[in-house]
Amino acid sequence: MASGVGIQTIEEIEPFEAAEEIAGGDVVLVDTREPHEYQEAHLENGKLVPPGLLGDEIAEAAPDKSARTILYCRSGNRSAIAAAQLEALGYENVASMAGGILAWQEQGLPVVAASGMTAEQRDRYSRHTLLPEVGVDGQIKLLNAKVLLLGAGGLGAPTALYLAAAGVGTIGLVDDDVVDASNLQRQVIHNTERIGMPKTTSARIFIEQLNPDVNVVEHNGRLDAGNILDVMADYDIVVDGADNFPTRYLLNDASVRLRKPVVSASILGFDGQISTFVPFEGPCYRCLYPTPPPAELAPSCSANGVLGVMAGTMGTLQANEVIKLVLGAGQPLIGRLLLYDALGTTFTELKVRRDPDCPICGENAPEIPESEMGQFPDYDLFCAGAGGDR
Amino acid sequence: MATVRIPPVLRPKTGGQAEVEAAGGNVGEVLRTLTSEHPDTSEQLFGEDGELNRYVNVYLNDEDVRVLDGLETAVKDGDTVVILPAMAGGAS
Repeated sequence: MASGVGIQTIEEIEPFEAAEEIAGGDVVLVDTREPHEYQEAHLENGKLVPPGLLGDEIAEAAPDKSARTILYCRSGNRSAIAAAQLEALGYENVASMAGGILAWQEQGLPVVAASGMTAEQRDRYSRHTLLPEVGVDGQIKLLNAKVLLLGAGGLGAPTALYLAAAGVGTIGLVDDDVVDASNLQRQVIHNTERIGMPKTTSARIFIEQLNPDVNVVEHNGRLDAGNILDVMADYDIVVDGADNFPTRYLLNDASVRLRKPVVSASILGFDGQISTFVPFEGPCYRCLYPTPPPAELAPSCSANGVLGVMAGTMGTLQANEVIKLVLGAGQPLIGRLLLYDALGTTFTELKVRRDPDCPICGENAPEIPESEMGQFPDYDLFCAGAGGDR
Repeated sequence: MATVRIPPVLRPKTGGQAEVEAAGGNVGEVLRTLTSEHPDTSEQLFGEDGELNRYVNVYLNDEDVRVLDGLETAVKDGDTVVILPAMAGGAS
């Protein structure tokens, strides 16, 4: 920054002063917050320039460096910093609004709320916003949601499709596999042209063409004890479409430590299971399955086969659960295990209870100190020892 | 008589049947009736100590017998006993 220019020397004005100036016209109003804050509520005619993008975008938002430019943020801190930065860039008539939008609202001044959707978005999601349980507020929640899909295969594919269609703003995909012809019988997010491509990339291509509002983050690899906490940190909800038990147990452990909900399903043959695990509110995966079964009781789809559409049925049920969690609507499958049999087209619901002796979420489960957060038991060993554990 | 719902992985051991009628006053007796009629199911259900294997969940109607009286849980006519192992799908 140029010498002599600092936050202490910038002009600060009260919200009512800003309102008077704005009403008088000839004011460029800049909002220095993040997109989701802006979408929730902003000052009318406020132009969004997030702090990290100030250098790149301010010229477009405020082309005239001699014009009166008023900046605001949530509470007055970021806008003060941005004002100092603008002065260093040569802006001559800059002020920061003290107390930010919080003070503005406290003083009874009006904000533009939630119609932060563009006209295209209002059209795209109209069938959602018409529903009382969704509405504009709910759609904004979906746009702000961050969901991690463990697996972009059988279950991940349909889940990703419908979460993307619903406008979930950030979808993370974890998969280290490439598209294979034998996947296409059920993994409908991929196609024949993309055989050989990493599944995360293939899925991203489909999603981008379906809904440009969605930011797809590819995690091309596997989750393991070394990376799981870092990967999960950026997301609100995890969808478990893993293809092996050790990963499911690891995911469960991590999700309880981080207190993040997991929507978990599995399929084989003509059968599917699904439940929603919200740490400490309901049971965890370990409460339901304290010990994994031996190999002969848990064949893989590649050995046993699976009806392709099973993936769609259970995957879309997973998407439904995620959406309900984001919206806070309806009754998610917390403490409920839903079994589906495709041959009979029957659903059965079983109760799942929290296990008070659960080593992961039970009353006496060990408290994990901060220093040991990233250390997990060896779940490969845990699962390999199964069957011998009576 | 109770109805025992057989998970797909065990159906080869019950001659392909998805449901088996079995008599018994409690869950343990019902499962023993099942294993006596279909001996190949015994190994997956019961350990050497005669207790239910930990990796098999058994439900009486919709409740896990572990929260009821385990194998002693009383069974009435028309009840359903569900045998449920975990599934992980995927590629081997």
